[in-house]
Amino acid sequence: MNAAIDVRCVAKRYGSFEALRGVSLSIEQGEFFGLLGPNGAGKTTLISIVAGLTRASSGDVTVMGHDVVSEFRAARRALGVVPQELVFDPFFTVRETLRITSGYYGIRRNDDWIDEILANLDLASKAESNMRALSGGMKRRVLVAQALVHRPPVIVLDEPTAGVDVELRQGLWHFIRRLNREGHTIVLTTHYLEEAQELCDRIAMLKQGTVVALDRTRSLLHRFAGGRLQLRLVGAPLPRALEPLRVEDPVAKDAGRDVAADGERVSLRVDDYAGIEGMLAAVREAGCRIEEMELLHTDLEDVFVQVMKETR
Amino acid sequence: MGAAREPAAPGFSTQGFATLLHKEVLRFVKVGVQTVAAPVLTAMLYLLIFSHVLEDRVQVFDGVRYTSFLLPGLVMMSVLQNAFANSSSSLIQSKITGNLVFVLLSPLSHREIFAAYVLASMLRGMAVGAGVFVVTAWFADLSFAAPAWILVFALMGSAILGTMGVIAGIWAEKFDQIAAFQNFIIMPLTFLSGVFYSVKSLPGFWQTLSHLNPFFYMVDGFRYGFFGASDVSPATSLAVIAATLALVSAIALRLLATGYRLRH
Repeated sequence: MNAAIDVRCVAKRYGSFEALRGVSLSIEQGEFFGLLGPNGAGKTTLISIVAGLTRASSGDVTVMGHDVVSEFRAARRALGVVPQELVFDPFFTVRETLRITSGYYGIRRNDDWIDEILANLDLASKAESNMRALSGGMKRRVLVAQALVHRPPVIVLDEPTAGVDVELRQGLWHFIRRLNREGHTIVLTTHYLEEAQELCDRIAMLKQGTVVALDRTRSLLHRFAGGRLQLRLVGAPLPRALEPLRVEDPVAKDAGRDVAADGERVSLRVDDYAGIEGMLAAVREAGCRIEEMELLHTDLEDVFVQVMKETR
Repeated sequence: MGAAREPAAPGFSTQGFATLLHKEVLRFVKVGVQTVAAPVLTAMLYLLIFSHVLEDRVQVFDGVRYTSFLLPGLVMMSVLQNAFANSSSSLIQSKITGNLVFVLLSPLSHREIFAAYVLASMLRGMAVGAGVFVVTAWFADLSFAAPAWILVFALMGSAILGTMGVIAGIWAEKFDQIAAFQNFIIMPLTFLSGVFYSVKSLPGFWQTLSHLNPFFYMVDGFRYGFFGASDVSPATSLAVIAATLALVSAIALRLLATGYRLRH
């Protein structure tokens, strides 16, 4: 079975700037795949190359087995892209917009499917409204509808929930999850890491045009197993033996606090839950009194920060 | 994959092409007051003012009044300018607002995109030209010596300017650049093409220079269709504008195929 998207050694240079440096990854059919990275990491460049909006300097990309350059018609028919920018054609209504997009893909009389998409995205009441009259959230829904109008097996969503209210976000994910259950491959880029953690089966992290992590979401979280033990200690400083486990944690910062009176807030990395007892014993032996204690599980944000730090 | 050029796509997506054409036609029809009615009014004002001032002072072809001479020129000027305006403004608007992405994401080939933009431009040019003709024909005695030539020159002229609009729309990255293209290239070439005068009335050097302007052949050939008289033979004009159309089409197709300033 062909990969939904196969990216092989793709590089993209703009003059002397390398936006992508030999990226390779394969996304299987039916996956919910997350593409994460800081701003400027190359996520949108990679998506643009997959979509045919940008030409790679070298390397190959296929969508459902079709080369995005030499078989661009088949590749683009297999792909639906929700662009990051909130773009629309101000001359047309929502329904006209969707009919036009259908026509580009060679589909006529697509109104049944258009009505179904409109209903699922809660857009039915806006079908005859001009695009200019819609709110930002509504325009975002139309972008999603345009990406789905030709029933593509692979759907790429580039920051689809940026600036979108909670209600729309939940409705959108409900619909996208349904499409994924029905067999559509979903590729998502987002800055909301909790969304990626909740939705994605597998995640690639990009940094400066390079894939720095590529694994199942669960495996990535396991790689940083355990979590963080947050303590507020009174009476003595953290024992020296535990210093190597201290991690930076914005919540644990003592800036502006009276450490002598309130105690020191520390955050310790927990690699193995079985080791917590030993850590607490060491604290007690050092004469510390534990005023507060909280165990935080690792989330994707911790993994992301760690991966980005490790690859500096 | 780094090859710069879009490979030949098998076949021609009639449905995709027809949809883009329909969209481009709807785009100018929805703002018809601005895209059709306004240029018709402008051309009528040109006719009223120029014919009032020059009717008894300028003699062009034998037995042809100045107003009658001017009218086909104004019709052709309107055809050309509006064909250019359609594709250039559509492309630059779509580029700047970002909605061109929907065309670029689609499976349309560069030939289908080219054909749709140019044909829509031709339709707008012909619609405006027909409008100008209908409202101004009352002011002049016109004959139709060779109607087929009228149609051929109008179609080819609008195709050339529609194609030039595609080139300008792809090249320009802001509205200012389209305005420069229109004001510094299209407008001078149109006004110096013999719309308002016969180039035979010009001094020798300027006559020679006029013969280097392809717009002159479009207007002169178009006018031949009405009067059966022209500054150069219609066959020569046809050959020149056919070569011009081939040249600008090759440039526009190349730009679309390589994704110049479209697919980065």
